[in-house]
Amino acid sequence: MNYNQFFVMQPEISLAVALILMLVADLFLGEKSKKYFQPFALAVFAIHTAYCILAGNELTGATETAGAQAFAGMYQTSKIHFFVKNMLNVGTFITFLFAYEWNKKENVNRIGEFYTLMLSTLFGMFLMISSGNFLLFYIGLETASIPMAALVALNKKREESAEAAAKYILTAGVSSAVMLYGISMIYGSCGGSLYFSDVVKNFTSSNYQVMAMVFFMAGVMFKISLVPFHLWTADTYQGAPTPVTAYLSVMSKGAAAFSFMVILWKTFSFSGVEPSTLAWNKILWWVIIVTITVGNIFALRQKNLKRFLAFSSISQAGYVMLGLMSGTAAGMGSMIYYLLVYLFTNLAAFGVICNIENKTGKVGMNDYNDLYKTNPKMAFVMTLAMFSLGGIPPFAGCFSKIFIFASAAQTGEYLLVFLALANTIISLCYYLYVVKAMYINHSENPIPAFKSDKMTLIGLTICTAAFVFMGLISPIYEMILSWSFGI
Amino acid sequence: MIPVEMYLIVSTLLFFIGVFGFLVRKNLVGMLMSIELILNAVNINFVAFNRYLFPEQIEGYAYSLFVIVVAAAETAVAIAIFFNVYRRKGSETVKSIRELKH
Repeated sequence: MNYNQFFVMQPEISLAVALILMLVADLFLGEKSKKYFQPFALAVFAIHTAYCILAGNELTGATETAGAQAFAGMYQTSKIHFFVKNMLNVGTFITFLFAYEWNKKENVNRIGEFYTLMLSTLFGMFLMISSGNFLLFYIGLETASIPMAALVALNKKREESAEAAAKYILTAGVSSAVMLYGISMIYGSCGGSLYFSDVVKNFTSSNYQVMAMVFFMAGVMFKISLVPFHLWTADTYQGAPTPVTAYLSVMSKGAAAFSFMVILWKTFSFSGVEPSTLAWNKILWWVIIVTITVGNIFALRQKNLKRFLAFSSISQAGYVMLGLMSGTAAGMGSMIYYLLVYLFTNLAAFGVICNIENKTGKVGMNDYNDLYKTNPKMAFVMTLAMFSLGGIPPFAGCFSKIFIFASAAQTGEYLLVFLALANTIISLCYYLYVVKAMYINHSENPIPAFKSDKMTLIGLTICTAAFVFMGLISPIYEMILSWSFGI
Repeated sequence: MIPVEMYLIVSTLLFFIGVFGFLVRKNLVGMLMSIELILNAVNINFVAFNRYLFPEQIEGYAYSLFVIVVAAAETAVAIAIFFNVYRRKGSETVKSIRELKH
């Protein structure tokens, strides 16, 4: 066996080391030194993030797009895989910054569990992204979703937390079981191998294989919360602790969307064929339209901000899926760029919600009335985040939408792009509801002025700077595009 | 020798019994048991395909072992969560978890 292939797995090994360090530190730190655990965990994770960013630049034996593989193709990596993993690392680090105050206040006895469970889900996502075989994909998916259920249930005292976790674990279980049934049918009908590169050779779009593919897609669509499988999203997002919700809405969705794209393109597609004739493309066409519309319409009537952002994230997931339709490098590049912008923007919105919930315990939209008088900075960040999510020009959210619409329009999906564009207007309406609540609506007793802690401020500054300036710095998009590949 | 179709009929029936059970069961643990039925259907599929169609390799057997192990982990977490639900609400039916809606 060639042990050098382990060096291809740098991000996973580095993350595993960080995870074990935190586990051991949590075990052996005494009662008095418990207060040093959080700075220690943040430092370890920051080192891991920096190492991954540096390691990605000198990926050995990989060309720009072809990449390297290990274990006979079980594990695949390339520059774009590294980029997505770095993106998730940075997002997780920002979530840790937001969770800092919450951990000190409400989660005192389970700080160690919070960090280790977070890192285990991240490890699962890394495996999912890099998988070249359905077995590794399944293990990654479950490693990402089982600790996630424990994270949702972390707040043992609150009833909603337990309820949200019960709903999450049941729907996660049944959808992964249905996905497995699809994989077993693929195994039987595609030549008895589960490597993506072998399955694609035997995939002929026969009826049995298409049915297997639909079962498989159902399981992954649950993770991305596309519409027929979105019902858990709002309940789980509302009931979960807010830092966990932020993590769930961005990282879990981004990792699943990327691996979904890789599998659909590498396994269920024929190269050289017009993408709109492929079976998954026809299914996805309807799923995208229904997802965007249902997400938008339900978001219009929400009064709880966490629930509101849940429906907003459902419709955003529909936009993300537009990048899959074209099957070109531009599609992949624009999708990853969209995920990157969405990560920073959504985390900024959740950072504000988390901060205000920590200080006052309020998450209703009406509680935010007159926020700009008492906490102008928080109101301003929230406004910018809402503008970026809605796609108002100077912010990165606008550019990411333009790129993803352009990539879908290139292959002639004009009707789809038009419907998505019409939906953007609806979405603008409800994003502005939040801005209206903060600036226009009056309130007798608004949220009192408070001083935010340093960690939240650092996180919010990073997020805001990222989504304000990223759209203006074009090398970022060009860099992603140069690493992307098509069917 | 029993033809492979017979195994597929059994696994398909088991799959749909599981899905039906998941939809109509009122007890959370009952729903979890229905998920296990679906997973058993998956295992029958994998093992039957491997034995009849590709007898010279073991990928299907290996996969079914992984399915069993992961299902055990999932059940452990799910039972812990249901235990918490029971302690908070005093009941473990789906009717007890309907606070979050609209």
